[in-house]
Amino acid sequence: MRTHGTLARIPHSVMTASNIVVDGLTKSFHVAERRAGALGATVGLFRRRRRTIEALKGISFRLADGELLGLIGPNGAGKSTTIKILCGILEPSAGHCEVGGLVPWRERIRHVARIGAVFGQRTQLWWDLPVIESFELLRDIYRVPQARYRTTMDALISMLDLQRLLDTPVRQLSLGQRMRCEIAAAMLHEPRVLFLDEPTIGLDAVAKLAVRDFVKTLNRERGVTVILTTHDMHDVEALAERVIVIGNGSILADGSLSALRRGALAERRLLVFFANDIAPTEIPGASVRRWEGRSAELSFDPRVTSAHGLIAHVTSRFDVEDVHLDEPPIEEVIARFYALHAIDA
Amino acid sequence: MSTALRPYQAVFRARFSLLMQYRAAALAGFGTQCWWGAIKIMVLAAFFRGAGATPMTLRQAIDYIWLAQALLTLLPWSVDPDVARMVRSGDVGYDRLRPLDTYGFWYARAVARRTATPLLRAIPMVLTAGLLLPLLGLSEWALSPPAGWNAALLFAVSLVLVVALAAAVSTLMEIITVAALSERGVNMIMGGVVIVFSGNLIPLPLLPDWLQPFLQLQPFAGLLDTPLRIYSGLFSGSDAVIALGRQALWVMVLAAIGRAAMARVMARLQAQGG
Repeated sequence: MRTHGTLARIPHSVMTASNIVVDGLTKSFHVAERRAGALGATVGLFRRRRRTIEALKGISFRLADGELLGLIGPNGAGKSTTIKILCGILEPSAGHCEVGGLVPWRERIRHVARIGAVFGQRTQLWWDLPVIESFELLRDIYRVPQARYRTTMDALISMLDLQRLLDTPVRQLSLGQRMRCEIAAAMLHEPRVLFLDEPTIGLDAVAKLAVRDFVKTLNRERGVTVILTTHDMHDVEALAERVIVIGNGSILADGSLSALRRGALAERRLLVFFANDIAPTEIPGASVRRWEGRSAELSFDPRVTSAHGLIAHVTSRFDVEDVHLDEPPIEEVIARFYALHAIDA
Repeated sequence: MSTALRPYQAVFRARFSLLMQYRAAALAGFGTQCWWGAIKIMVLAAFFRGAGATPMTLRQAIDYIWLAQALLTLLPWSVDPDVARMVRSGDVGYDRLRPLDTYGFWYARAVARRTATPLLRAIPMVLTAGLLLPLLGLSEWALSPPAGWNAALLFAVSLVLVVALAAAVSTLMEIITVAALSERGVNMIMGGVVIVFSGNLIPLPLLPDWLQPFLQLQPFAGLLDTPLRIYSGLFSGSDAVIALGRQALWVMVLAAIGRAAMARVMARLQAQGG
């Protein structure tokens, strides 16, 4: 396991109470390679070249009951593979993991009865059936008693605003509506652990907010443990107290988002609006990112240059109308982080 | 017992009621099957006219053809298109998320397909061939009643075993589809094999005598030939009971193979999409 030295470690007290234990998980896939051209295809009939892809190269982490973990990383980093192993869909090549004391792929039926999962790019609802019939089918599949189902359903309907969607066939729902239903479907049997694999992919801003609010409520108010993968850093910012960055099948960082920010891209930015056109010039203690007549964007390292010192300097030198202090957007922090670790995003 | 089976019954019910909605397809299929049935009967009648001793009478052959047409969709000659789509999209992984025995889950779904669609097709076919044709004065070409009360009862039992066997073959085909990531190879091979060896293409009794022992031992006879021979009295008494036993045996063998194959395939599942 590789961890990023500058990031906060998990306190030991949390580790002992962990609900999810992942130890040295590896997964390799064998892919048959095709040779190019007609000759290559003919040769391929007799001799297949097989390539091994190491999707996971020893992943370890622990997660306590009620934690909300964001798994991030570029495409192909191993996020979904990790989730699929934790869900019991895939068997790892080596390593160990337990969720609530069960080994997912070995005790699959008991394990999956206690977890919920949503894969943003797939659907677990029956395409041609009205939403309510999918829910009732899932109720029977998970053997949820009718009274229990009624209560859970009522809560989900009001939290996710589903009432008007229930009688609509799934294929007629918009993506945002469908995702709300998918999440409800994953929660019908009241799982204690919820896996969300890119739950906001392709959603508009309103639907994204609805999904985030719901996940936050589940986690904060009902204590559901959530593992979330996403490419949308705003999801992570809004939801996750803890982030694990996966790249090339290994864990690159494990800690809070602010720790990740400090380690990768600690700079701050100062936006200055001038009263009149000013020609670009050097500013001590800061570098100029952009300077266009009446506005300029400066970046500085807060450990070297103090923000108020820089503002004092700028306002004394020029006729300044307004200043705005900012941090780099989280996307940029992550991109910098990937670049630092030389992973292709 | 009832709560243990509840999920599987629910899967069956949902799939069954969904498939019962495809009425237009059933109507079109009914038309085609009547047409093919009529052509096959005319061809056979021509052969029978020139033949000496035949292993079955023309009367029995006509019943065989009509029933084979009526029960066509019971034959597992192609992979459920919905399953094929799930395999290609990777949604098949979701089935592993259900707290169910995946083989039982898929088997229940296959049973629904092997009952809903055939029901929609068989009822109008039997009514047409058995009631409408005599009313039109074509009794000679119509489907006649079973060979007797015993034959009728054993035929019903055999039909139940056909559903069980067809679902076992379907599920096995689906498992191969998962392993191959495509349904095309399975459809290509099974299409031909099932149509020929079940007796749908040419009634099995009309095939050469030296082939008969093999034809009776292979599993696909139990998909069609067995109940049809019982219906028209070609199998009766202990022959019929042995034939039912063979059907049941193949159900168990294919289910055991399917179960083992599924465990293997799922253990080395390589879900797509990283």
